[in-house]
Amino acid sequence: MAVVFEKPKSLANVPLHYCPGCPHGIIHRLVAEALDELGIEGKAIGVAPVGCAVMAYDYFNCDMIEAAHGRAPAVATGIKRCRPENIVFTYQGDGDLASIGMAETVHSAARNENITVIFVNNAIYGMTGGQMAPTSLPGQVTQTSPYGRDVNHCGWPIKVCEMLATLEGPEYITRVAVNNVKNVNKAKKAIKKAFQNQMDGKGFSLVEVVSACPTNWGMTPQQALEWVESDMLPYYPIGVYKDRSAAKEEG
Amino acid sequence: MAERVLMKGNEAIAEAAIRAGCRHYFGYPITPQTEIAAYMAKKMPKIGGVFLQAESEIASINMVYGAAAAGMRVMTSSSSPGISLKAEGLSYIAGSDIPAFVVNVQRGGPGLGGIQPSQSDYFQATKGGGHGDYKMIVLAPASVQEMASLTIKGFNLADKYRMTAMILADGTIGQMMEPISFEDAQIETYEKPWALTGTNCERKHNVVNSLYLQPDELEKKNFERYERYKAIEQTEAMWEEYMMEDAELCVVAFGIASRVAKNAVAAARAEGIKVGLIRPITLWPFPTQALNAAADKVKGFISVELSMGQMIEDVRLATQCKRPVALCNRCGGMIPSPDEVLDSIRKAQKGEF
Amino acid sequence: MAKLTFQTDLCKGCGLCVNACPKGCLTIAADTINKKGYSPAVMAQPDKCIGCAFCATMCPDCIITVEK
Repeated sequence: MAVVFEKPKSLANVPLHYCPGCPHGIIHRLVAEALDELGIEGKAIGVAPVGCAVMAYDYFNCDMIEAAHGRAPAVATGIKRCRPENIVFTYQGDGDLASIGMAETVHSAARNENITVIFVNNAIYGMTGGQMAPTSLPGQVTQTSPYGRDVNHCGWPIKVCEMLATLEGPEYITRVAVNNVKNVNKAKKAIKKAFQNQMDGKGFSLVEVVSACPTNWGMTPQQALEWVESDMLPYYPIGVYKDRSAAKEEG
Repeated sequence: MAERVLMKGNEAIAEAAIRAGCRHYFGYPITPQTEIAAYMAKKMPKIGGVFLQAESEIASINMVYGAAAAGMRVMTSSSSPGISLKAEGLSYIAGSDIPAFVVNVQRGGPGLGGIQPSQSDYFQATKGGGHGDYKMIVLAPASVQEMASLTIKGFNLADKYRMTAMILADGTIGQMMEPISFEDAQIETYEKPWALTGTNCERKHNVVNSLYLQPDELEKKNFERYERYKAIEQTEAMWEEYMMEDAELCVVAFGIASRVAKNAVAAARAEGIKVGLIRPITLWPFPTQALNAAADKVKGFISVELSMGQMIEDVRLATQCKRPVALCNRCGGMIPSPDEVLDSIRKAQKGEF
Repeated sequence: MAKLTFQTDLCKGCGLCVNACPKGCLTIAADTINKKGYSPAVMAQPDKCIGCAFCATMCPDCIITVEK
């Protein structure tokens, strides 16, 4: 018998601190698989966010740095501009990337920084206990929108991929999900491509991964994945929002 | 005779940084320090370096954090309101024990304040500025030559102690031109085994981090860091003494204020008043030894500052309140004249503090 | 014939593998508690396993190794 599935080398052999059923673990694994399969673990430098994935620096076997809340793309820029031969990625949540770090996100995309951004959108602040995120859905009940997100009071959720795709700068902007096996496999391909783009010097590649937060959504892990399908994906459709190289090849 | 070139203070910092091996500059425009960015924008691409204008002060200090963590000599520069924005990054850099070099060419505050020279960021620079227990090495140049030499010194100290070295200058020294020489520049290099270089699959991964969720671990880290700070306090304080041998009064001033004060001291000496000057060159570590020794000889101190009186607190602490300390100050971009300082000296001579 | 190996002590009993399995091979061992205090996922019907690795694909804690 041959091993057909095992833990990737780039993922450290330590228990993850995430809640039961939290897809962060799946997304970590996909990143680690991409590093393994592209043979870039030894060149990779990862930037961890503030949020549930803050301790990602312990989970990846490559060199890691922990950034201030929202600043991961700036930190990654600093590293990449010094060490262009290394592979630099950030791993950020929705509060980190789309709220407090929006300026860093937009400007690193506009500069087409040659980095890979993994953006985990689960529509809530997990680490602090379930507050409204910039991507919380209209009507979504959270600790700080206890009567449901009222868009007249606190505005509309931000569609990061759609917004970034309007910029000239970035190379590759795509949205995937990890709510079922098929989507996880697609997400893997997108993440791998986002790293391959960096290796090819193509520039800023962002993969938005629509994820779940069973604990703060108040659901079982399986219910949460079903809510991704029924409520999240209609608002945040899966798809490639920008792929400059593919567009060039086509026409 | 060393070769001398005429340079603006801000440009001297930029040129010295390049000579110190800095090849990465990240910054955001703000008066009165923008000449540093302009100089870097011109020079860096020609010497294989990187100049990048960031989207904000916050982004620029975090780019510095990343580049410094990658093991590079890197810098940013700004002026007072911009340094407030950088405070977040400075705290993370301290908490991660990463060397960085930061310039504050101060302007008047608070708020948007003004664009004229000031020394009112003394507290911000020497007492923290950002959150948490930490220190920065703070260097206070009083001439264009010192803008250059303290920049090189700052890069050396930052690498040696794995912390931020800050030049705390002011708009006057930043803008004025004086002849300077780079001939005495001593560039020190330090191993950086902690740097993010990629593991090359040959070593355990390096982690640059300031998060310690276990309180005992965080306490241990802070204790260790303060042991290092203690060693710096004992060995790295720098100051200049002027006419202190027989002084009965001591003026304390740094930066541009010290140059005004020096003139006033000379004028007071001409009147027969035995007064000297101690000029702190490092504001942290503060030259406590020199001040405390002076307190045993003089009958009082005069702190001359371009602020509402910030360094005066350190003068009192250093001298353990053994002698009275008067304040001679202007602020908001105003600079005291030598006559104003002379008046304070005359008053102190009469015992009026 | 395929073989699954679980790092049972790291299992948080979330059940995503159980739901992902197209053959209904897996179950949560409700009468067992692992070191972390969770009832872990276990193989209930090994004969049915086809080694598709859907379970491992959905496992957030990466505790399943699949051999075929």
